[in-house]
Amino acid sequence: MTTFDPKELISGFGHIGHSGLLGFRYHEHGPDWVALELPWRPELVGDPATNVIASGPILTMMDMVTSLSVWIKTGQFRPQATLDLRVDYLRPAEPGKALFGRGQCYKVTRSIAFVRGEAHDGDPNRLVAHVAGTYAFTDA
Amino acid sequence: MPEFSSPYAKMLGLTQARDADDRIVISMPSGTGVTGRPGFLHGGAIAGLLDFTAWTSLYDLLEEGATIKPITITVDFMRGGKLVESYASARIVREGRRIANVIATAWQEDPAKPIASANVKFLIERAS
Repeated sequence: MTTFDPKELISGFGHIGHSGLLGFRYHEHGPDWVALELPWRPELVGDPATNVIASGPILTMMDMVTSLSVWIKTGQFRPQATLDLRVDYLRPAEPGKALFGRGQCYKVTRSIAFVRGEAHDGDPNRLVAHVAGTYAFTDA
Repeated sequence: MPEFSSPYAKMLGLTQARDADDRIVISMPSGTGVTGRPGFLHGGAIAGLLDFTAWTSLYDLLEEGATIKPITITVDFMRGGKLVESYASARIVREGRRIANVIATAWQEDPAKPIASANVKFLIERAS
């Protein structure tokens, strides 16, 4: 029933633009969610004093997985704009570890999609970040 | 315009300057590394610029030895970011002993037409 394949999309243009710069990889997906992996790289560090990954790449990852989850849930590639995204940083990610971000679309109306998600660095029971956001369909 | 020591800021090509009110203004050049859908900036790059601007502006205000950690950030996207240079500055709305509330705004050609803003809360850890 899903005509939208996130794996194909990520392998198609995941290596270009901002997502290519940060280096995301497809991880897994379900009927209304998708997870990406962000391998650790020293270039992603925010503060060299702590060697902890910057919050910017986490925000980008959560923006990507939540927007992809809308297309997976609706089964089509509809143009949409991020209205807002809230990210709670529950703890610093451990230096050297890959990050995994999972986004889920839990409600779609005629013009708005509601999303949520979380990020961890290997153990899904020890979250690094939690996210909530909204998207507006721009063709509505 | 001084570069940053942050590897992430370097990767985005961020540089900082001061405006007439001595407020920090951080610039992000356009380029393939910050694009999202064709013809537009990636929302994540804009959010990264806002987040880093809030962080830098608060750090600039604090005494030596203090460190900060982001607690939560809410980014509002108002306009699609065009493939031109972007700017951001931040206002420290409240600096408490342990918590700071910061609002950062990003724009491109016209400061009166923001492309995005971010509301960020930081936890401050002071040396004494």
